[in-house]
Amino acid sequence: MKKLLILGGGTAGTMMLNKLNGVLDANDWQITIVDQFETHYYQPGFLFIPFGIYSKKDVVKPKRDYFPTGTNVVMSEIDKIEPNENRVLLKNNQVLTYDVLIIATGSKISPDEIEGLKDELWFKNIFDFYTIEGACALAGFFKNWQGGKLVLNIAEMPIKCPVAPLEFVFLADWYFTERGIRDKVEIHFVTPLPGAFTKPKASSILGDFLDKKNIKLTSEFSIAKVDNENKKIISWDEKEVPFDVLVSIPPNMGDEAIARSGMGDEFNFIPTNKHTLQSDNYKNIFIIGDATNLPSSKAGSVAHFEADILFENILSYINGEPLRASFDGHANCFIESGFGKGILIDFNYDTEPLPGKFPLPGVGPFSLLEETKMNHYGKVMFRWMYWNQLLTGKELPIESNMSMAGKRG
Amino acid sequence: MSELTLARDADGNLANKADWNEEAALMLAKEEGIELLNERRWVVINFMRKVFEEKGDAPSIRRLTKESGINTKELYELFPGGPAKKAAKIAGLPKPKGCI
Repeated sequence: MKKLLILGGGTAGTMMLNKLNGVLDANDWQITIVDQFETHYYQPGFLFIPFGIYSKKDVVKPKRDYFPTGTNVVMSEIDKIEPNENRVLLKNNQVLTYDVLIIATGSKISPDEIEGLKDELWFKNIFDFYTIEGACALAGFFKNWQGGKLVLNIAEMPIKCPVAPLEFVFLADWYFTERGIRDKVEIHFVTPLPGAFTKPKASSILGDFLDKKNIKLTSEFSIAKVDNENKKIISWDEKEVPFDVLVSIPPNMGDEAIARSGMGDEFNFIPTNKHTLQSDNYKNIFIIGDATNLPSSKAGSVAHFEADILFENILSYINGEPLRASFDGHANCFIESGFGKGILIDFNYDTEPLPGKFPLPGVGPFSLLEETKMNHYGKVMFRWMYWNQLLTGKELPIESNMSMAGKRG
Repeated sequence: MSELTLARDADGNLANKADWNEEAALMLAKEEGIELLNERRWVVINFMRKVFEEKGDAPSIRRLTKESGINTKELYELFPGGPAKKAAKIAGLPKPKGCI
C-alpha cells in the first residue's frame, strides 16, 4: 500500500483530496490529510464582515463536510517535515510516512513582525480583516464609529489576495456614504508599492478609481512601526501617517512548520517549480496554493487553477511519466467596488491585467477593468461556486491557463 | 561610457548583466540620487549579486535584513525610498520579482 499525504485541509488541500480520491486505486493508495483546525473559513468572505454584509455564519463550514467518506483525517498541528526520511512528525507525536507529499499549508498574517502593531491599540483602534477575529472586531468598531481618519496600510508584499485592500477601501467609501457620514471619514490607502496595484496597467486604472472615490493614496510607504500613543504609523524613512482607526494588512508568512523543517525562504514559502508545482529540492514533494514561493497571486482562484495542473502532474509522477502539465500563473479576481458594482481582472505570469471582455460560457461576458453590476454578481455567485463546486474538485467553466480571448492589448 | 550605451529593460534596469561593472554601478547610483558608493553600500550591492547568482532573483528587503548584516533602518538610509529596488538596479540586476 502506497501513501499519499496532504498537509493542510484548506482550499488547496481539500481540492486536491477531492480530485485524487476515487481516481487513485484504493487498493494501491491510502490518502491521508492533516490539519489542526476543524473549521473551514471562506476567506474571500472576510472582506464583507466589517461592513455588516456577511457575518461569521456566512463564512464557516466544517472541514470534514468536504472530505470524502473514508478519508484518513488526522487532526494535529505539524511539528516538522523530514523530507530526506519521507516522513512528517506531528505535534500529537504521530509519525506519518509518505510516498508522495502534497504541501498545502497556506499563509497567514504575522502582526508580530511589525513593532507596535499588536500592542495596546490592537483590536481597539487597530484591526486586521484577514482573520475571522479581526474582521468581526472591526465590524463591531465600525458600527458605532462617528468618523475620523481611516487608514488602510499594507505592511509588506507579498500578501494573500492583493486586491482585497483595494476592495476594502472601495467598500468603506460605499458603507460610510450609506451611513450618511462619508464627509466625516477620511479614507487613506497607504502601500509599499509604487501605485494602487502591483501591475502597471491595472495600477493606473485602479488608481483612477481611488481618485474618483475620494480616497487618498500614499505609495512607497514601508512601515517600520506603529506609535500607539500618538496614533500614527511611521515608515523606515520616517514618514508619518496619523490614524483614528488603522486597518492593517500585516506581513503574510508561510506556516512555522515549514521554517522548523528548514524548507522555506525568508517568508517560510517553499521553493517550487513555477510550472510543474514540484518542489525544487525533492522529487516526491509537490506544493500548492499560498504555501509556494511562486511569483503569482496568493488567492483561491490561483489555487484552483493550480489544482487542475497538479492533479495531472501527480498522476504523471505516480505513473513514472514526465510532468507535462504546466501552470501559467493564471489569476482571476472579482474586485468588489461598492454600490453594487465590481471590477474583474484576469492575468498570468506574463500578461498583466488588460481591459476588454471576459467570455464565460452560459453566464458572461464580464467586463475587464471596468466597474459593472455584472461583475458584482460574479463575485456574489462565487461564494456558492466555492462551497458547491470548487472545494469539491468539480470542473469550473474557466480554463486553468489564461486565454487572450476578448482582451485588448 | 554614457547612459545611452547601456541597454535597459522596461524598468530602466540594465538589460544585460554583462554590461555591469563598478563604473556602471556608480552611474546607475547617480540616476537614483546616490552620489557615492561607500563601503556599506557595496556590502549590499555585492550581497544582491551573490543572491541573484544563486537564486536567479534579487532578494527581498526581508532577506536583506536577515542575511546581509545590515538592518532595515540602515538599508533605508543607504538607499532612500526603496532599498531592494534601488540596490538591485545599481547592482545591474532586474527589479526583484518579490511583489505580485
